[in-house]
Amino acid sequence: MSEAPLLIVDDLKVHFPVPQPGLFSAPRPLKAVDGVSFTLASGETLGVVGESGCGKSTLGRAILRLIPTTAGRAIFAGEELTALSEAQMRPRRRDLQIIFQDPLASLDPRMTVGDIIAEPLQSFLPELDAAQRRAKVSAMMNRVGLSPQMISRYPHEFSGGQAQRIGIARAMILEPKLIVCDEPVSALDVSIRAQILNLLSDLQRDFGLSLLFISHDLAVVRHVSHRVLVLYLGKIMELAETETLNRRPRHPYTRALLSAAPIPDPSLERDKERLMIGDDLPSPLDPPSGCVFRTRCPKAAEKCAHEVPALAARGAEDGSVVACHFPD
Amino acid sequence: MIGYVLRRLAGAIPTLFIIVAVAFFMMRAAPGGPFDGERKLPPEIERNIKAAYDLDKPLVTQFGLYLGRLLTGDFGPSFKNKDFSVGELIAAGAPVSLRLGLSAITIAALIGMALGIIAALNQNRATDFSVMSAAMIGITIPTFVTAPLLTLLLGVYAGWLPVATWNNGALANMILPVTVLALPQIAVISRLTRGSMIEVLRSNFVRTARAKGLSEFTVVTRHALPAALLPLVSYLGPATAALVTGSLVVEQIFQLPGIGRYFVLGALNRDYTLVMGVIILYASLIIALNLIADVLYAVLDPKVRLA
Repeated sequence: MSEAPLLIVDDLKVHFPVPQPGLFSAPRPLKAVDGVSFTLASGETLGVVGESGCGKSTLGRAILRLIPTTAGRAIFAGEELTALSEAQMRPRRRDLQIIFQDPLASLDPRMTVGDIIAEPLQSFLPELDAAQRRAKVSAMMNRVGLSPQMISRYPHEFSGGQAQRIGIARAMILEPKLIVCDEPVSALDVSIRAQILNLLSDLQRDFGLSLLFISHDLAVVRHVSHRVLVLYLGKIMELAETETLNRRPRHPYTRALLSAAPIPDPSLERDKERLMIGDDLPSPLDPPSGCVFRTRCPKAAEKCAHEVPALAARGAEDGSVVACHFPD
Repeated sequence: MIGYVLRRLAGAIPTLFIIVAVAFFMMRAAPGGPFDGERKLPPEIERNIKAAYDLDKPLVTQFGLYLGRLLTGDFGPSFKNKDFSVGELIAAGAPVSLRLGLSAITIAALIGMALGIIAALNQNRATDFSVMSAAMIGITIPTFVTAPLLTLLLGVYAGWLPVATWNNGALANMILPVTVLALPQIAVISRLTRGSMIEVLRSNFVRTARAKGLSEFTVVTRHALPAALLPLVSYLGPATAALVTGSLVVEQIFQLPGIGRYFVLGALNRDYTLVMGVIILYASLIIALNLIADVLYAVLDPKVRLA
């Protein structure tokens, strides 16, 4: 990856003000994303993994400017998205798309599938006439595995998997460069997941797409990603090649996540060593001092409470980074 | 769709029958009668009058006779407005009330929706708070306060508008009563619109619309608004029925020849047939407008199938 990355995220912060009880208490910031930096190359899939509430979805939406950022930058193809006004951002959405977790609720129930998929075309390619639009929509429906005969149906007539295919077709119709996949298969049946994941992989190969693949399911992320970013309470814990992460997870949190992912072999699954981290996620309103993971970390020491571990190579030579004072 | 409408209309017949029956017997159960006055009538005159209006027959027979006439479209004579039949009174008053009510609800829907949308798009900002406070005031101040106040200010002091005349519904004469009727409706409709609009603006498909890169105008008008209007449709049906059947307060204050006052005055005077006539009109309107609301629902929401 010698060429310039397609997307550079630099110290991105998204803080939500949370109103406090009491008339004159100032709202406290909820640090949903707190200083996240990474790059994404053209044609690459970066997996973002972490448990509920760690800021995965917020990160994806903040990059697309669907929610306001507090600080930091997101630079797409050399252009700083975070510096653009709402109106300046609109034309960029042609290249930056998103697929949502709840496929059915994300489709306007009052529009036909054809209209849903064609709407971005009307907006960005107004020179196309209705027949050309329809042809493009039909072709894209075919491409994502939907029969073009269903073009006049309404969303509620589709299953979850089909609805997600509609969502993908809608995102793909303008042939964007980057798609944020926000838990695209979490709401789907296990039997449908593989189909959708394979479809995404095929589209990535054919169109040279970059994917930011967000999921709480490490097994899914490992399957599709070139690199994996592990997020905890809005901060990066570890960022490594998928292969490296599988073989040698260095952050205790990554190891806990990996050990929680089931192995599809009963005897291996029984014998596997499980790393339990107990307890629930600490409140993001009141994160622990020092290392945010220390309250659940089996290796936590005095130092962890005082000093925030920087995200650094810490001896690794393959470009992976980890935020831990005592990495494996 | 046509089958559905026909079936709903057929279903309205037993509903109307029950309403007519309950209203009929409740009216008769109230003490006093249409011909009771300060002075007691001589018994033979009272007997004559009662015989003329069938009031001397058993109640069930009276009900049967009334129903029989009703089926031929005859609402009977008014007991109090001599020489007028109920049909004539309603025919004279209904166009006035209809015109006032439809104007008021149309204006209220347009202004209320616009205010609600503006408030929702500026949620928790100054615009939102001022629109919603004004709406709260509009809901809490009754028409018997706004009507005389506006008359006093715009009619008497400023002299811009005519006071308390109908003048065959000239525009200048319509302004005050329509405004008074529309104000509370504007308040309710703007609050309803704001509430459902805020909910819809947070929904996933609106987020998708934004992610598509559509303009905010398109997001609001094409995606959010049709969804947000659904709850409004079911409110507008009965609200329209209530407005077009007139308002006693507004008709009294502005001296309008509508049918709203027939209902209250008829009930007070025990003008049995007149009250029945207005009840039947009101009930039919409610049934019809609810049916229209349901059909509109199906048009606005493809998930609703009328079968």
